Amino acid sequence: MRNIFLFIRQNFNLITFFILQLICIITLSRYSKTHEAYFYTEANEITGKINSQYNKLNRYFRLVEVNKALAIENANLKNSLATNFVTPDSSTKIIVDTLVKDTSNRYRKYTFLPALVVMNTVALESNFIMLERGSKQGVIKEMGVVGPSGIIGKVVTVSENYCMVMSLLNRNSKVSAMFKRGKEQYAENVEWDGKNAYYLVMKKISKAVDVKIGDTIVTSNYSASFPSMLMIGTVAEIKTDKMGNTYDLKIKCATNFHTIQHVNLISNSYFEEQRKLDSLTKKLQYNLTGE
Amino acid sequence: MNSILKNIIRFILFLFIQVYVLSKVDPLHQFITPYLYFLFILWLPFSINRWWLLILGFLFGMSVDYFLGTPGLHAAPCTLIAYIRPFILSIFIAQDSTEQSFVEPSVKSMGWGPYSFYIVLLTFVHHFYLVLIEWLSFGTFVYFLGKVTATTGISLMLIFIVEMMFYRKAKYRTNTS
Repeated sequence: MRNIFLFIRQNFNLITFFILQLICIITLSRYSKTHEAYFYTEANEITGKINSQYNKLNRYFRLVEVNKALAIENANLKNSLATNFVTPDSSTKIIVDTLVKDTSNRYRKYTFLPALVVMNTVALESNFIMLERGSKQGVIKEMGVVGPSGIIGKVVTVSENYCMVMSLLNRNSKVSAMFKRGKEQYAENVEWDGKNAYYLVMKKISKAVDVKIGDTIVTSNYSASFPSMLMIGTVAEIKTDKMGNTYDLKIKCATNFHTIQHVNLISNSYFEEQRKLDSLTKKLQYNLTGE
Repeated sequence: MNSILKNIIRFILFLFIQVYVLSKVDPLHQFITPYLYFLFILWLPFSINRWWLLILGFLFGMSVDYFLGTPGLHAAPCTLIAYIRPFILSIFIAQDSTEQSFVEPSVKSMGWGPYSFYIVLLTFVHHFYLVLIEWLSFGTFVYFLGKVTATTGISLMLIFIVEMMFYRKAKYRTNTS
């Protein structure tokens, strides 16, 4: 017994070193495994405050680009205004407002919540974006985030006033996507290979699909976080993979992640319901096959 | 200036410069992210207790991590260099020699040769470990080696510039402080 204490006393530094290393590795592995920040929400509040101070300064330098992007988005929205379309027989009139239910009995599924970017990285292997909007302002986990020119990522952790978004530029990011052109929907995940902040990848596209350079990639119907047909990017390069059976696509990102400032969080009113049904099915399947 | 106060200011400065300047820089190539923050650990005084050095390295790495959103990634290499720092220093500095009377590692107190060896070795170890953790699950070995070499080169260049800009007068340790 005495020898053990003696050993600990003699190698106190070495033991401390190993304990600290262990903490680091465990934190890191658990963090990247579940995509969840570990005792992280507390730190969010502190770093978030400093980040928003820094960002106040930074925002001025980017005003020109932000203005341009907002102007383009504005123009797009104006183009889709109801007044631009003529309906000779007004038996179905479309009114879009913030009410939950509109006059033609259609329910609102998605609501857009504006938010400000206070922290953003593009240089790492796993990049995150911090937004100044948290659980107090109605943000929940897995909400989609969309910018003026395309989608940006998904919310991974939420604290009271801030939330962390896993950007598309993250090794763990996966978003279901499809081609805008073409009749049949072909959904596949868009990922990032960690190399270039302007390009995403889409792997294992069947050769039966007719792909051309310049094709638009949009979000598919399969995601509970995003409405369908939101812009992701355009095909920049088509490669045949080693086996020769499928295509690997390189996709030019529609969003410039270096300059994002104002984004929208997408709240899905049916999110809970969709999730519940999904987990119920999985449980059922597990019960059937597990025994 | 008081040594503790000076190091607290350095802690904050290195942290903010790394988080808000260097990590915001576009990757020059897919390889390179400039790192400078660990110079804080290399510049800590000779006299610091080894155990406190470890804890300080860990805390400093963790603070960088919280700003960058990668808990543990930078803390692990910081703890590693904090651990091996005393061994490397003890090679160059005999216990009772005159050098021992200097406060912290610098060109003046150690001389160009030993000081640059100390910096190069610890920088390399730091980057090697950092990139190893970062790339453990993906990437090829050539890519890994390339990234280590490239980031080490850039960091050494930055450290050299910092040493040139802030030429630290090597203070003698007196009995009063």
